[in-house]
Amino acid sequence: MSSEVAPAVIQQEVKRRSFLVDLLIRLVREKPAGTVGAVITLLLLLTGIFANFLAPYGYNDIHPADYLSPPSAKYILGADNLGRDLLSRLIYGARISVIVGLSATAISTFIATIIGVLSGFIGGRFDTIVQRFVDAWMCFPVLVILIAAVSLVGPGMLQIIILLGLLYGIASSRVIRSAVISIKENVYIDAARAIGCSDIKIMIRHILSNIMAPVIIIFSTQVAAVILAEASLSFLGLGIPPPTPSWGGMLSGSGRTYMFLAPWLAIWPGVALSIVVYGINMFGDALRDLLDPKLRGGIGRYGTKKSRGKGVR
Amino acid sequence: MHAYIIRRLLLIIPTLFLATLIVFFMIRLIPGDVIDLMAAEKQAVTGMDREAIAHELGLDIPIHVQYGRWIGDIFLHGSLGASLWKKIPVMGLILERLPVTIELGLMALIIAILVALPIGIYSAMRQDTAGDYFGRTISILAMSVPGFWIGTIIMVFPALWWGWSPQVQLIRFVDNPLRNLGQFIIPATVMGMAMSGVTMRMTRTMMLEVLRQDYIRTAWSKGLRERIVVLRHALKNALIPVVTIIGLQMPILIGGTVIIEQIFSLPGIGLLQINAIFSRDYPIISGVMLMMAAFVLCMNLIVDLTYSFLDPRVQYR
Repeated sequence: MSSEVAPAVIQQEVKRRSFLVDLLIRLVREKPAGTVGAVITLLLLLTGIFANFLAPYGYNDIHPADYLSPPSAKYILGADNLGRDLLSRLIYGARISVIVGLSATAISTFIATIIGVLSGFIGGRFDTIVQRFVDAWMCFPVLVILIAAVSLVGPGMLQIIILLGLLYGIASSRVIRSAVISIKENVYIDAARAIGCSDIKIMIRHILSNIMAPVIIIFSTQVAAVILAEASLSFLGLGIPPPTPSWGGMLSGSGRTYMFLAPWLAIWPGVALSIVVYGINMFGDALRDLLDPKLRGGIGRYGTKKSRGKGVR
Repeated sequence: MHAYIIRRLLLIIPTLFLATLIVFFMIRLIPGDVIDLMAAEKQAVTGMDREAIAHELGLDIPIHVQYGRWIGDIFLHGSLGASLWKKIPVMGLILERLPVTIELGLMALIIAILVALPIGIYSAMRQDTAGDYFGRTISILAMSVPGFWIGTIIMVFPALWWGWSPQVQLIRFVDNPLRNLGQFIIPATVMGMAMSGVTMRMTRTMMLEVLRQDYIRTAWSKGLRERIVVLRHALKNALIPVVTIIGLQMPILIGGTVIIEQIFSLPGIGLLQINAIFSRDYPIISGVMLMMAAFVLCMNLIVDLTYSFLDPRVQYR
């Protein structure tokens, strides 16, 4: 008897271990655009982590003699109004984007999960009240509520991260809540309750483990939005204060006078930002398609081979 | 239908009430004070101390009383209070700048739809052709390239190459309609860009789904022309999610005015808000936020109402 059960168990173990590998293989095979996005995301991550090895100069190394120096062998992308190497500042800017993107999204995913699970699981009047607050919160444009909040707590990396996490967390708790509500109706939840599980245990063991797909999706789709929001704030002078190099801050209005003398200052931070946002979006989309069973085999997936071939006529 | 609209309008009130709580208390409870800012300026001139300034601005009374007065003024007089610095009613300041923002937003919306729908439909009709890839590339680009960067590029490079720069002084529509539209077209295009990318994508996805339905095959086999099949049979059924996503984009569009008006120095609500934020003019900040929230809620209602127009099967109860 036991010898019959054993192989099945082993097979399951193997299958579970190779989930990530399987996902990677499917990503490369089915989603060329998503693969490009994954490579860009990976490059951003590596650039951020190893910024101090990659950058030829420090991000705040001032060389007054090289004021607005054009691109040259010494400064590949030119220098800014303080004679700081633009390339080095871009590379350190990647680090800022990585830190803000990942930590703010982590906070937001955490908040979204807590609000969503509690609101969806407890339900009833609690759910109604929480949802009305989420409604009220969501009728403000994100950027408007952000600049108002930042102006009050003052600019700074930590403030920005917490605010972005809070804002996006409340907004995306909706997705988690609806996932929880549909999971709550499953028989195994009743079964868990019948064997005497407490609410907290049900939430952690049975609900939380079953909403991992939407949680991962929220995480991956929000990184780009958060990076863009930070850049917009820094652009308005309400984000990360100088001399810390943020891509948005490097394009900021106060530096615009120098852009007329040194146009390269206006180009590269925007290029970097666009490529990164494109890459993360494509990667996130591909991940969503691969993880969300409802969309699997659906129509309109970017860069899939399976959906091709069937024309309109 | 009428009962539905009335009920929805009534439902806006509690949401808006919660919004006033958020606006008022968030702005006043977080540290950082207008009094400090004013004290620095006024003490030199008039010798007023902090208490006197706080009293003059009405900031020395308990916060819940302040809130009560603020709400009372809104309900009884339709007033949003007065600017702390300029002493002018906030409502007047907002109404004065509203036309600029409305024109900008409306033009951005129209441009976004005019770009998104045709390209999205074409992309779906000619799936996996060069044209489709081109359309998809444009939509992805429009979504990834930040508007404030494009705005900066437009301010810098034409000025460098051709000595051309966007008009800084506002030309009013009543004075010169053509030049007014010319002034708004560039900022509106930049603003509509991100929205058109998202909308284009949704249009393509929905059209692809609808174009594979049985009734579309029936329409083809009846021998209808492509234009009729696509526009009358397919598009109308694909539009509901497209309208929804346009509605969802509205808060982002409104938020975008803050950045775009700043770049192109257009004196709209966004610029008013940014300046109010730098000078910590609470009544303006809360007033503008409340107006934006009310607007977003009304847009949500309008989006819901268009469903029945697009699909007669949708009924409101």
